[in-house]
Amino acid sequence: MDFELNEEQRLVRDMVRDFAEKEIAPSAAAVDKAAEFPAENIRKMADLGLMGLPYPEEYGGGGGDYSSYAIAVEEIARACGSTALIYAAHVSLGCGPIYNFGTEQQRQTWLPRLCSGEGLGAFGLTEPEAGSDAGSTRTTAVRDGDHYVLNGSKMWITSGAIADVVTCTAKTDPGAGTGGISCFLVPGGTPGFVPGKNEPKMGLKGSITSALSLENCRLPADHLLGEEGEGFKQMLITLDAGRISIGAMALGLAQAAFEEATRYSKERVQFGEPIAKFQAIQWMIADMATEIDAARLMIYRAAAMKDAGVRFTKQAAMAKLFASEVAERAAFKAIQIHGGYGYSQEYPVERIYRDQRLCTIGEGTSEIQRLVIARQVLGKL
Amino acid sequence: MNSIVCLKEVPDTEARIEVRDGKVVEEGIQYVVNPYDEFALEEALKWQEQNGGKVTLVSLGPERARESILKGLAMGADEVYHLSAEAFQNGDSYATAKALAAAISKLGEYDAIFCGRQAVDDDNAAVGIMLAEILDLPHVSVVSRLEIDIDAKSAKARRDIEGGQEVVELPLPAVITAQKGLNEPRYPSFRGIRQARQKPFVQWGLEDVGLAADEVGAAGSKLEIVAVLPPPERPAGRIIEGEPDEAARKVVHLLRDEAKVI
Repeated sequence: MDFELNEEQRLVRDMVRDFAEKEIAPSAAAVDKAAEFPAENIRKMADLGLMGLPYPEEYGGGGGDYSSYAIAVEEIARACGSTALIYAAHVSLGCGPIYNFGTEQQRQTWLPRLCSGEGLGAFGLTEPEAGSDAGSTRTTAVRDGDHYVLNGSKMWITSGAIADVVTCTAKTDPGAGTGGISCFLVPGGTPGFVPGKNEPKMGLKGSITSALSLENCRLPADHLLGEEGEGFKQMLITLDAGRISIGAMALGLAQAAFEEATRYSKERVQFGEPIAKFQAIQWMIADMATEIDAARLMIYRAAAMKDAGVRFTKQAAMAKLFASEVAERAAFKAIQIHGGYGYSQEYPVERIYRDQRLCTIGEGTSEIQRLVIARQVLGKL
Repeated sequence: MNSIVCLKEVPDTEARIEVRDGKVVEEGIQYVVNPYDEFALEEALKWQEQNGGKVTLVSLGPERARESILKGLAMGADEVYHLSAEAFQNGDSYATAKALAAAISKLGEYDAIFCGRQAVDDDNAAVGIMLAEILDLPHVSVVSRLEIDIDAKSAKARRDIEGGQEVVELPLPAVITAQKGLNEPRYPSFRGIRQARQKPFVQWGLEDVGLAADEVGAAGSKLEIVAVLPPPERPAGRIIEGEPDEAARKVVHLLRDEAKVI
């Protein structure tokens, strides 16, 4: 059994960590405060070849493994949650479906642009009436000659309003249940594709989250991703991988909260001693360290299984569930250790607490993860 | 334009250095590329972009240093010669410069040797200059700005000196040691990291550089380290009480008569 990163993964970790500490962390508070899309961060990450890291070089990607990508998300999140979400959504949800299910022509059309970071990708799955119940999508796609005409609306689409291309689910056969769902590549700017405003959020404010409206949006038939009726399966596979990256994001945020808390506990003096000398604080720090370590092992294992080409649905769900709940507890304790200062916007733990809160919700709530895990554990009942 | 860059692995500047039994405790220390060597490498890469040619890393250090050296390759250097044999290790500046010089003289034509102004572990700031002396090359140290005219085989360097700056012209090949501010070292890209592991990575022993065991490392050193001591514990701060006027007078008195710093 080998618990070490390999040489390439260590080099990626060191590079991204160094880069994120120096280039991304300094603006994290300002990005949050102004709720401003961190375009400069994304441009710099593109220069470093991070935007298409786990995809083959023939499509403009980095040719790296998914583990290296998860590590990159973790390190970016440690510096800035907003930037990490934009990155994770782009790589896993934006590029993932096109690479995994696209025709050669679709891959050639979109991936070089997305992998170079010239444009962002997004995934249009959630709808006002279809959240955890993703199969109940109401968006329709009706064949009309060499075109499909899409109608419906999407909700909470990360980067959807600014993306070059959004992979949207829609029903091509409304009578066929989840088997009637298909995915379509909807280029930004297509007539009838109308992004809504940027939704104000609790955290991750630099990431642009929008409703999208499809109003008689006509797409050439070759914008269908794969075959008709495969959309639900495509979505499940995309989310399996996406969960690893949301888990990695939670892990990075937890790590950041932990580091802030340990540093503060050594500096803050009460009753004549640094509070780190008090057992009440030590126990919190020990619990954080232990849980983060466990979360990291779970995330890396799920990523390593994906890299090894074995089925990882259960491990990804477990890792995402655990890491996101660890992030919640770590951020909570980090604020507790900071006391009144932790509640102030002057200290980063306040932002981290708000940022991590998404992680038990996005790409499947904790409840849905438990459902996925239970189904894997119990089998067909 | 062919450049040689000397690269050393050092403990991370944030590492907590502990001394036990007269030795620095190595376990738990994270190692990085000496920050001044990154300026040196960046400068070599910058001039390579302009003038073409090759950038060769030469590094003396233990096997462990491989990952730091790989970072240099990931930043864009073309190849590395790593003096990793045990005999080379634990030398003083002279023995290290001698080994590096022997290695460099096996490498063919070059226009410049770039070094960091000093390594941030032992802070001797001597290897680059000794290297120039052994190779009989001109050198300019602590350079904060550099212009190279490759056709004229000459360089113009600006260096910070007490109270001003000095501008030095020198013929190439020469040894140039890099000061902070010379440039902004690039981050290795992901592609750079992948390519680094395919680049020539040559480990050299004594016979490769043509030196005997007693000429390098601890055996070839002119200095002997007789003790390694941790810095003295910093005493706790003192709070001067009283009205501002009176407190200020007391501080001045203490700074002058007790600390003797003003």
